[in-house]
Amino acid sequence: MGGAAGRRAGWSLYDLRVRAILYQVLLVAAVGLVAWFLIYNTAHNLESRKIASGFGFLKREAGFAIGETTLISYNAADTYLRALTVGVLNTFRVSVIGVIAATLLGTLIGLARLSRNWLLSRLAAGYVETLRNVPLLVQLFFWYTVISDNLPGPRHALAPLPGVFLSNRGIALPVVQAHPAHAWIAAALIVGMVAAWLLTRWAKRRQALTGQPFPTLSAGSALVLGLPLIVFLVAGAPLHLERPVLQGFNFSGGMTLTPEFAALLGGLTTYTAAFIAEIVRAGVLAVDRGQFEAAYALGLRPRRAMRLVILPQALRVIVPPMTSQFLNLTKNSSLAVAIGYPDLVSIANTSMNQTGQAIEGIAIIMAVYLTISLSISAFMNWYNKRIALKGATRS
Amino acid sequence: MSAASDSVAPRRLPGGRAVEWLRANLFYSVPSALATLVLLYLAWRLVPPFIEWAFVNAVWRTGGSAACRAAAGHGACWAYIVEKHRFILFGTYPYAQQWRPGLGILLFIALYVVSSRRACWRPWLAWVWLGGLALIFLLMWGGVLGLPYVEDERWGGLMLTLILATFGIAAAFPLSILLALGRRSSMPAVRTACVIYIELIRGVPLISLLFMASVMLPLFLPSGVSIDKLLRAQIAMVMFAMAYLAEVVRGGLQAIPGGQYEAAEALGLSYWRKMLLIVLPQALRISIPPLVNTFIAFFKDTSLVVIIGLFDLLSAVKVGLEEPAWSGYGIEAYLFAALIYFAFCFSMSRYSQRLERDLARGRRHILREE
Repeated sequence: MGGAAGRRAGWSLYDLRVRAILYQVLLVAAVGLVAWFLIYNTAHNLESRKIASGFGFLKREAGFAIGETTLISYNAADTYLRALTVGVLNTFRVSVIGVIAATLLGTLIGLARLSRNWLLSRLAAGYVETLRNVPLLVQLFFWYTVISDNLPGPRHALAPLPGVFLSNRGIALPVVQAHPAHAWIAAALIVGMVAAWLLTRWAKRRQALTGQPFPTLSAGSALVLGLPLIVFLVAGAPLHLERPVLQGFNFSGGMTLTPEFAALLGGLTTYTAAFIAEIVRAGVLAVDRGQFEAAYALGLRPRRAMRLVILPQALRVIVPPMTSQFLNLTKNSSLAVAIGYPDLVSIANTSMNQTGQAIEGIAIIMAVYLTISLSISAFMNWYNKRIALKGATRS
Repeated sequence: MSAASDSVAPRRLPGGRAVEWLRANLFYSVPSALATLVLLYLAWRLVPPFIEWAFVNAVWRTGGSAACRAAAGHGACWAYIVEKHRFILFGTYPYAQQWRPGLGILLFIALYVVSSRRACWRPWLAWVWLGGLALIFLLMWGGVLGLPYVEDERWGGLMLTLILATFGIAAAFPLSILLALGRRSSMPAVRTACVIYIELIRGVPLISLLFMASVMLPLFLPSGVSIDKLLRAQIAMVMFAMAYLAEVVRGGLQAIPGGQYEAAEALGLSYWRKMLLIVLPQALRISIPPLVNTFIAFFKDTSLVVIIGLFDLLSAVKVGLEEPAWSGYGIEAYLFAALIYFAFCFSMSRYSQRLERDLARGRRHILREE
C-alpha cells in the first residue's frame, strides 16, 4: 500500500507537501540529536565529577537555617524537601501580598494620572516614568540599603504611627491577638460567601425568567460582611491589638517584617504599581464616552451604568495585561536571592551549592514557576473566552 | 450671573491668565483644592530637606571618605561617585587602557543614534552594525595593531552593561524573527517546537536561566570544552530575549492583512521571498514601538547578571560599597546607578512614543490616499 502511494506522480522534492514533511523530519532529528548530545555529555560529566543525580537528595537533611518561614516551621535538621517547600511558601507570601498591594497602589496612581488636578496628574506621571525606567534590582538594593543601613537601631526606631516601628531590624507592626472566636468569624465569612453566590445565581435565573431585578450587590455584601460581623459582636467584640514592645535590643510581640521581606515587598509593589497604573489608565480611556451617554439614555442610574456598562468594558481591556503583570511580579520575586530573602530560588540556590545537584535544583525552580505561569494562562484563556464579545466578528 | 461673568471675563487683570489656569487645573473643586494643598504641604516638607541633603550639604570633593564621615546624616556623599567613576564606567579594565572602553561607549551611542534615524532604516544599516560591533570587540580585546590583549574577565562597569544589552539584542533579534515565523508556520512540528520554546522561556524567571547558564552549561559540554562566564551569561540573555521579541514580531505578523500574503503568493513568490520582500518589512515597521519597549525591559534585565557574579554597572556600584572606607553610602550609589539606567531607558521610551505617533500619522496618511 505504501509502495502504491509512493509511486504517485507528485512524489518529488519539488512538492511542497513533501518538502514540509522533510523539513519537519530534519527539525525533529536535529532537536533529538542536540538533546542526545547534551544528555550524553552531562551524564559523562556527572560521572567524572562524582556528582549524584536524581531527586534522592530531597529526603536528606538540609543542614542550613532559613531566616523566615511562612505557615510551616523549619529547622536546620529538616529535609531539603521541607526547605524547598518553605521557599515556595515564602515566594507565595511575598507574591500574594505584593499583587494585592500593587493593584491597590497602581489603581490609585492610574486614576490620579487621569485626574484633572494638574499637580496630581503630573506627580503620578512622574512616578510612573521614574519607576518604570529603573531596573527593579537597583530599586531593591536601594530599599534594602535604606532599611538596613540608614534606619536607626531599634532603640531609636521611627514611629510614624502608634504601634508601628521602623528600624534597621525591620518593620514592627501591631497584630490582633488570637481569640477562639476568630475561627467562627472565618467560618461565618465562608458561609456568607457561599450564600451570596447562591443568591446571585438565584437572582440571575429569576431575572432571566421574570425580568424582575434583585438588589444582588447590596444583599450579597450584607451577607458577606454582615454574618461575620454578627458573630464578632455576639462573641463580645474580641479585638485586642498586640503592640510590639522594645525589649533589650529588639522588638517583641506584634509582627515584625524582616528588612529583606520589607525591601522585597516594597520594591515589587512600587515597581509593579507603575505598570498597573498605565494599564488602569488605558482601560478607563478605552471606554468610549458615548457608552456613558447611551447607558443614561436607557435610563440607568450612574451606579448601575458603571456596574453594568462601563466596568465590564474597561475590565475586558484591563484584565489580560493585569494578569501578566501579576505573573511578572511573581517571577520578579525571584530577585529575592539578591537581597537574601529566602524565596524558592534562594533556597534552591543554597541547596545546589551544598549538594552540587544543579540540574535538579534548576529543574525544580523551573517546574514551580512553569506551573504557576501555565495555570495563570489557562485561567486567562478561560476568562478571555468567557468575556469575549458574543458573535463579534474577527477583525 | 452668567451674563455678568461673560461681560467681566474679557477684562483680565495682569496675571489673570495664571490665576485662571490655577483655578481650572488646581482648585476647580473642593476635593481638588484639598488635594492640591496636601501635595503642596508635602512638597514643602520634603523637597527643601532633599535639596539640602543632595546639593547644599553634599560632599563632592574626593580624597578619601573623611569629609563624608563629617557630613554624615545631613549631606550626600557624591565623593563616592567621583572617586569610583572610572570603576563604575569601566570595571577593572587596565587603567592605562581605559580609553578603549571609553571609545567603545561612544561607538555604542553612535550606533544607537544612527539606528534611531528613520532615514537610516536601509539594508546597509545591518552592515554598519556588523562593522561597529566588530570594531568594539577589536577595541576591547585588543591583541592587534599594538593594542595589548585584555581578557574579558576584566571587562566591566557601564561598558559591560552596554555590551550585554547590545550584543544580546543584536543576536536575539534575527533569531526571534525565525522563531515568530516558526510559530505561525503551517508545519505542525515546527510550530510545536517554537510554541514550546517560547512558552517555556516566558514562563520562568530570567534568573533561573542565568543560573542554568552559569552552573548547568558547563555540564552540557564535552569535557575539555569550556565557555567563559561572560559568553555563558550572554547566551542565556539571548535565549531569554528571543522568546519575548518573537512574541512582539508575531504580533506584527498577525496585524498584516491576509490579502498581503495572498497577493504575494499570487505573484508566485516563494515562502522566503514572500516573507522577506512583502510581509516582514511591513510587520517589523509596525512592531517597532513594542520592540523598543522590549529593548528597554531587556536593558533593565541585564542588571540581573550581578547575581551570577558578572561585573556590570550595578555590580561595580555595589562592589565599591564593600570597601570599609565607603560602606554606608548605598543610597548615593544606587541613586547614581538608577540615574544612568534612567537616562538610557527614558530616552528609549520617549523615542518609542514619538515613533509611534509618527508611524500612526504615516498610516493615517496612507489611508486617506486610498
